[in-house]
Amino acid sequence: MTTPDALEDLLRELAPQVLGVVIRRYGDFVLAEDAVQEALIAATTHWRRDGVPENPRGWLLQTAGHKLTDIHRSEQARRRRERSATVDASLDAGLDAGLDAGLDAGPEAADTDDTLRLLFLCCHPALTPASAVALTLRAVGGLTTAEIARAFLVPEATMAQRISRAKQTLAGETFGMPSSDERAQRLLAVLKVLYLMFNEGYAATAGDDLVRVDLATEATRLTRMLAAAVPGDGEVTGLLALMLLTDARRPARTGPVGELVPLAEQHRSLWNREQIAEGVVLVTRAMAGGVVGEYQLQAAIAAAHDTASSAEQTDWKQILRLYGLLAKVVDSPVVTLNRAVAAAMVHGPAVGLELLEPLDEQLKGSYRLDAVRGHLYEMLGDDERAAEHFRRAARRTTSLPEQRYLTGKAALRRR
Amino acid sequence: MTKFLVLTRHDSELDVPPMDQWDPADMTAHLEYLTRLNDELAAHGELVEMNALAAPELAKTVSADGRSTPVITDGPFPEAKEVLAGYQLLDVESEERALEIAALVSSAPGPDGVPLRQRIEVRQVMWSRSDEM
Repeated sequence: MTTPDALEDLLRELAPQVLGVVIRRYGDFVLAEDAVQEALIAATTHWRRDGVPENPRGWLLQTAGHKLTDIHRSEQARRRRERSATVDASLDAGLDAGLDAGLDAGPEAADTDDTLRLLFLCCHPALTPASAVALTLRAVGGLTTAEIARAFLVPEATMAQRISRAKQTLAGETFGMPSSDERAQRLLAVLKVLYLMFNEGYAATAGDDLVRVDLATEATRLTRMLAAAVPGDGEVTGLLALMLLTDARRPARTGPVGELVPLAEQHRSLWNREQIAEGVVLVTRAMAGGVVGEYQLQAAIAAAHDTASSAEQTDWKQILRLYGLLAKVVDSPVVTLNRAVAAAMVHGPAVGLELLEPLDEQLKGSYRLDAVRGHLYEMLGDDERAAEHFRRAARRTTSLPEQRYLTGKAALRRR
Repeated sequence: MTKFLVLTRHDSELDVPPMDQWDPADMTAHLEYLTRLNDELAAHGELVEMNALAAPELAKTVSADGRSTPVITDGPFPEAKEVLAGYQLLDVESEERALEIAALVSSAPGPDGVPLRQRIEVRQVMWSRSDEM
């Protein structure tokens, strides 16, 4: 007996493989993606009732082929209604021939390449990041529109429009590998989309967690697939490590009523040791490669926190060094902010506060700057200033658990 | 993606008569403009929902201490300086996009096709719960 979870895992694993074959066979990403989505939905019903077929991949390919024929025929019927066009009989015959070929489809060698091609397509620079995330979840992740909509707490119709629009944007794109000049750039775009997906899940505070598809887990799974497709890429490995090392702390990150628990106060026994061990191995291997990018550095910082036996044991000197390197790779105010925290831990809060000064312009109105100042004044023992910054941060955050936490800090410091 | 509530108020400070005193053609143009805007936002996958509220004459204000009978009063009335007329719940890429949409709502045509320039309030959603989605 296949459990519903195992069945869904199988379907999601097969989804990009089947889609890759269908696109290569029929050439049209937009229709192929619709057909595969319908085949996946059909499989969920049939397999749950009758059990998983002997050749699940062949079953999906065949069903997707049938669905594609249906889509084509209704499309033609629609066109006939609109203007009396002649039936494109040869296309129809071609589809049927392709369908028969689908029946005996064995495993094909191009699977990991197809996954990679699909990721390149779905994370295309012509798409907005949010559309790319949604489309990737559907076409590569094998999630239904309804599941994606639930994950983002929007109605299914809204998500369907977003995905369909994203697909239309890609209508003219070919299903191929970008040229070698373009490849590195496009790979970075894929990493960015996967990281955004992860953060969307990690930062999620809205709604009922039980019904949400876990975006952080899904992003990690897709990054793992990407890592299998481009073995030896330091940044891909680095991103996978970063996700594992960050997600490992999740069980300790919130308390019993959903309140935020800061890193220093987390029960480290709750951290996921297996994920930490894998993440550390991955980041170590990635960084041995020589060229060190932003995800590897962030993963190394996460590893430094995750491997400290207590908050007091944290190697802040090492973390400060890593932030120094990160600042050379990405010059962003958020990196400066984190670096100031590390500097405060090594050299004292006054040094940290000084490093924050140039951020008043760049991070104008950001609650994070006030939150960090609150902590640094707290370290200095200036409770009045600390409370004032915590209060300001609490008013500006858009996360409810953060707001509760910051309000609590402000109240504590005012006493 | 971030959710924003875009609130449209009838603002008595604006030098525009209440809508029931408009020329029917102006009213039609106004509603068509907003329908088209909402259709486009929906097609972009940016409109979560849109609601226009019934006239303030039907509004009631309730206050209760949890023990005695709640105090229910009529109003706020149209004489109030600002009355909430409706809202859109957006799910958009950035605050900039939400502001851009609010500007389109604000410039909806009024009498003689002159943009109304209503002041539109844009509020970021902090926490959501929905049992249907």
